[in-house]
Amino acid sequence: MSIEVQNLTKIYDGQKALDEVSFSIGGAEIVGFLGPNGAGKSTTMKILSGHIVETSGTANILGMDVSKESLEIKKRIGYLPELNPLYGDMYVREYLFFIADIHKIKDTQKAINRVIKSTGLERESRKKISQLSKGYKQRVGLAQALINDPDVLILDEPTSGLDPNQMKEIRSLILSLGKNKTILLSSHIMQEVEAMCSRVIILNKGKIIADDTIEAIKKNWDMNTIQTHVKFRDSVNGAELSLIDGVESIKSVDEKTFVIVSKGNVDIAEELFNFAIASNTIIVEQKEQEKSLESIFQKLTNHA
Amino acid sequence: MLSIFKKEIRSFLSSLIAYVVIVVFLLIIGLFTWVFADGNVLILGHANLDILFFMAPWVFTFLISAITMRSFSEELKQGTFEILSTKPITDIQIILGKFFASVALVVFALLPTVVYVYSIYKLGQPQGNLDMGATMGSYIGLLLLGASYVSIGLFASVITPNQIVAFILGLFLCFFFYVGFQQLSNLSLFGSYDSFVQNLGIQLHYDSISRGVVDSRDLAYFVSLIFTFISLTFLTLRRRI
Repeated sequence: MSIEVQNLTKIYDGQKALDEVSFSIGGAEIVGFLGPNGAGKSTTMKILSGHIVETSGTANILGMDVSKESLEIKKRIGYLPELNPLYGDMYVREYLFFIADIHKIKDTQKAINRVIKSTGLERESRKKISQLSKGYKQRVGLAQALINDPDVLILDEPTSGLDPNQMKEIRSLILSLGKNKTILLSSHIMQEVEAMCSRVIILNKGKIIADDTIEAIKKNWDMNTIQTHVKFRDSVNGAELSLIDGVESIKSVDEKTFVIVSKGNVDIAEELFNFAIASNTIIVEQKEQEKSLESIFQKLTNHA
Repeated sequence: MLSIFKKEIRSFLSSLIAYVVIVVFLLIIGLFTWVFADGNVLILGHANLDILFFMAPWVFTFLISAITMRSFSEELKQGTFEILSTKPITDIQIILGKFFASVALVVFALLPTVVYVYSIYKLGQPQGNLDMGATMGSYIGLLLLGASYVSIGLFASVITPNQIVAFILGLFLCFFFYVGFQQLSNLSLFGSYDSFVQNLGIQLHYDSISRGVVDSRDLAYFVSLIFTFISLTFLTLRRRI
C-alpha cells in the first residue's frame, strides 16, 4: 500500500478537523480528495506530508509510519502545499537547486533539467520567481515536488487559480505522472476530479462520506432522474407538458422555457418532439443535463 | 543544514541585507574610531581599540536584530516553512543553518576592522605597542556576543510573523541581556542575589573576555545563552504552525 490511513483524527483548539478517517491507496493511481472548504482535505495532506502531527490514529506511507519515520518518508514523497508558497526573491533554477540540495541529490543539474522539462518551465527557468505568472509559479511548485522523483505525490489544490489553458496543461501533466506514481490530489472543483482521478474520496466536516470509483459513486448516489432543459419557439401550455409519460415534475423558466425532471430510464426526447408538433411549434433548444459529480457532491455534503 | 546555510547566505547577498549591514557597521564604527571627537583614537592618543569594542555591542543590537528579524517570521508568514518542514531536513538543522548564516554575516562585518588593528599597531609609539592579548580577547568576546544576539534574534523572529515586531522584540531582548541585568544588579534590589543577576547579563562576561582572559566560565555562559535561545526557538517553532 502506498498510503494507508487508519482512524486518523486531528483536533485543533478543541475542534475536530479530522474525525476517525480511514482509507488506503494502492499503487499507481490518481485519487481525488473532494470536499468543501474546511472539510479536512488539507489537514490530512499536511499530516501525510509530515508538516503537522496527528492527534490520534496512524498514517503510513510506503509502509512507514509518518510520525516515526518522517525523515525517510520525506525523501520519497513530493508535496505541493495549498497556497503554493515560494521564495519570490529566488530565481527558478536557484530555488530548484536549493530543494535538490536539501534532498542531497547527487546530480543536481540533471534533476533540475528533468523537472524543468517535465513541467514546461524551460522558457521561464532563468527568471525570478516573483516575476512569473500564477500558472508558472504553480509549475515551479510542482517542479519542487518532483525534484526527488517521488513515489508518492501529494498535491493540495494543484490547479486552483489557474486559467483554463493552464489548468488543462497541469492536468495533463498530472495524468502523465499518474502512470507510475501514486497521486493524492485535492480539489473542490468536481470537473477537475472527474477529469483526472480514477477514484474519489469525499470528505465533509472531517469525515469520509464516500470513497469509491467515480462511476460507482455516480451509480450509487444517482437520483435516478434526468433533467432536461427545453425551449420552444412559441409559448406552450406547461400543464400539458407535465402529462408526458415519465415526467415527474416541470419548472417553467418562462412561457417558452422549461426544466423537466423525468425518470432516469425513460427517454422523453421523442415525446417532447411529438408534443411540439401537437402544440404547433418547434423546439429551438434542448439540453439534457448530465448527472455530474457536482450534483452528487452537493447532495452528499448537504446531507451530512 | 549546509543547504539552509547556503540559501540564507545567498538571500543575504541578493537582498542587499549583507551589504547594508556590513557598510553601516563599518561606517558607524569607523566614524567613532577615527573621526568623531569623543574618544577618537587619534585625539586620545591611546594605542587601543577600546572605542570599537565599546561601540560594537550597541551597534550590533540594532544590526543583528535587523539581520535575524525576517529569518523565521518571513518563512511562517509566506508559508515557505511548510515547504522546508516537508523536506528531509530536521527543524534543528533549519535553525542551525539560519543561525550559522547570520553568525557568518557578523564575522564578515567584523573582518574589515582587522585593518584598524593593523593601523593602530603601526601608529603605536613605539611601533607595535598594542595589547594583542586584550584585542584578541575582545574579538572573541565580540563574536560570542554577536552569536548570542543572533540566537536571541532568531527566537524573536520565531515568535511572530510580523518582521517589525520581531525586530523590536529582538532589539529589546539584546539590549536587556547586554546591559539590563547589569543595571538591575547595580540597583542592589536583590541583596545577596545581586551578583547572580549581574552574571546573567552579557556585559560582565564580555568585559571579562575583553581584558584578554578567555575564562571557561565566560565561555560557558555564552554557550549556555546561545543554547537556551536556540532551544527556545526550536520549542516555539512547532507551536507556530
